[in-house]
Amino acid sequence: MKTILTLAAMRIRITLRNKAFLFFSLFMPMLFFFLYGSVFAKGNPVIVTILMGPVLSLTVMGTFWGLSMQLVTWREQGILRRFRLAPIPPSKMIASSVIANYALILPTVILELMLARYFYHVTHFGNLLSVFVLAILGITSFGALGLVVASVTNTMQETQIINQMLWLMLIFLSGATLPLALLPRAVQRVGLFLPATYLVSGIQRAMVDHAGIFSLGVEIVSLGCWAALAFTISSLLFRWEPEAKLPRNAKLWAVSTILPFILLGIWENHNGKLLATAASMMGDRPTKSGPAVEKPQ
Amino acid sequence: MEKRYDDVHAVRGVSFSVQEGEVFGLLGPNGAGKTSTIEVIEGLRVPDGGRVSVCGLDPQKSPNELKNVIGATLQQTSLPDKLRVGEAIRMFAGFYKKSRNTDELLTRFGLDEKRNSFYSQLSGGQKQRLALAMALVNDPKVLFLDEPTAGLDPQVRREIYTIIEELKAEKKTIVLTTHYIEEAEKLCDRVAIIDQGKVIASGTPRELKQTSANTTRVEVRLSKPASNGTLKNLDGVVDARELDGGYVLHCQRTAPAIVALVKHLEAENNELVSLEIATPSLEDVFIELTGRRLRD
Repeated sequence: MKTILTLAAMRIRITLRNKAFLFFSLFMPMLFFFLYGSVFAKGNPVIVTILMGPVLSLTVMGTFWGLSMQLVTWREQGILRRFRLAPIPPSKMIASSVIANYALILPTVILELMLARYFYHVTHFGNLLSVFVLAILGITSFGALGLVVASVTNTMQETQIINQMLWLMLIFLSGATLPLALLPRAVQRVGLFLPATYLVSGIQRAMVDHAGIFSLGVEIVSLGCWAALAFTISSLLFRWEPEAKLPRNAKLWAVSTILPFILLGIWENHNGKLLATAASMMGDRPTKSGPAVEKPQ
Repeated sequence: MEKRYDDVHAVRGVSFSVQEGEVFGLLGPNGAGKTSTIEVIEGLRVPDGGRVSVCGLDPQKSPNELKNVIGATLQQTSLPDKLRVGEAIRMFAGFYKKSRNTDELLTRFGLDEKRNSFYSQLSGGQKQRLALAMALVNDPKVLFLDEPTAGLDPQVRREIYTIIEELKAEKKTIVLTTHYIEEAEKLCDRVAIIDQGKVIASGTPRELKQTSANTTRVEVRLSKPASNGTLKNLDGVVDARELDGGYVLHCQRTAPAIVALVKHLEAENNELVSLEIATPSLEDVFIELTGRRLRD
């Protein structure tokens, strides 16, 4: 544990000294927050509460970028080789990245909740325990996904291309940008295969419907399983140097991380519960956090 | 030990042992297999054959135990640009079961004033001193230094020599790779000369030089190429090879050999452009064994 914490502390320090991190992990989430709060929700505290699902999800999902880019850069520059001379197994290197991200991302999540309170006068935050459990699972699982990508790519350019493709899919098809209920039916059905959809939906339900940990079982278990799977695969595929050969079936392993959500997507497409919840979230309905919510035009 | 990279057979049956408290050098040109050898011993690469044991530990079977008892510098050490010197050394100290006082190490390696500097702000020499300090942070039993002075200017190189000599005086066991003759002669108790993945000679620098001790090396440049094999037959010359556009003559009796050379050149209507007499060095041993210079 000492090694993990030592590495995590170093990663936190280095990341905070990086202006790009401050831009992408602090400035960008704040931009989204005020865009959603002031433009889409027009400052209405009830709609702000609903839109906090996508806002917080985007913040949490951002971990996906930082970790993969840092790992590839360090591998390309030979920094990982120096760490390899010390008694550090790959799992500790990866665990330190994830722990560092808790320290780097959770304060932004807290800041967004506080800003929602003070700027938009949101008084009901639903079940905050569930929100934070989902945020932690999101940081772990999306961070581990970034590490899986970094493990199977060789150059920064390759990593950026794959990251962009995944990122656009994750944010546009999951309800993180446009509410899921407003997307065409076919796109909604595709969205049910994406982990981001369950993160957005889970946080929305925790905040709007006060959903507790047990009633968010599907979201929590699926994100948890995905995090464990992605973490294990990224540890197995971890490479200390660019010349290191990947196992022949490495890309197959990487793709296998989507397995939990393929199964879940099939299940959700079949029973339609999540889509119904998403639709009701956008419909005229009284909520525990305030008066009826009008569907945004 | 054997090591292959696809079609390249980088290490072909290299075998040696190093005694406790000894400074052992692997001397050879670039691409000879020195780094592959040392990285297999450190556990960074998997050998394709043979057996490696460091302090009784197999690098592949007990990597973490091994890393706790060894220290190493890589041919090129890199750290994150925004990591401060003091942070780097404290962090690496935190990875080991046993660690030395990091302030003491910074002072010893002349990095006290740089402790708050970012890694990116250090000069090449300072980076190499930091790499050495980090290699010693766990007070290792064996220290592996891969080309510790490669690419450094002569003044910084001398600074590194002083540090290694201090470690030698402390009876640290050191294995270093180098392609600098001076470095091997100055620092190593024993040297293995390695070429094309094989140890072609080994012993103390003195022992190795003794193989050339009864000859003197005379390097000559001529205005025209000499006829094939004629230089070897001159009086006092035991061996003659073409090297870098000139000729290297190994002479048992230097004066008669030079006289014979001059007469021969006159007879051949050839001219002597330059002549250099050198005392035997490890380079001569290498040239005798391979017909090439170390820097080739």
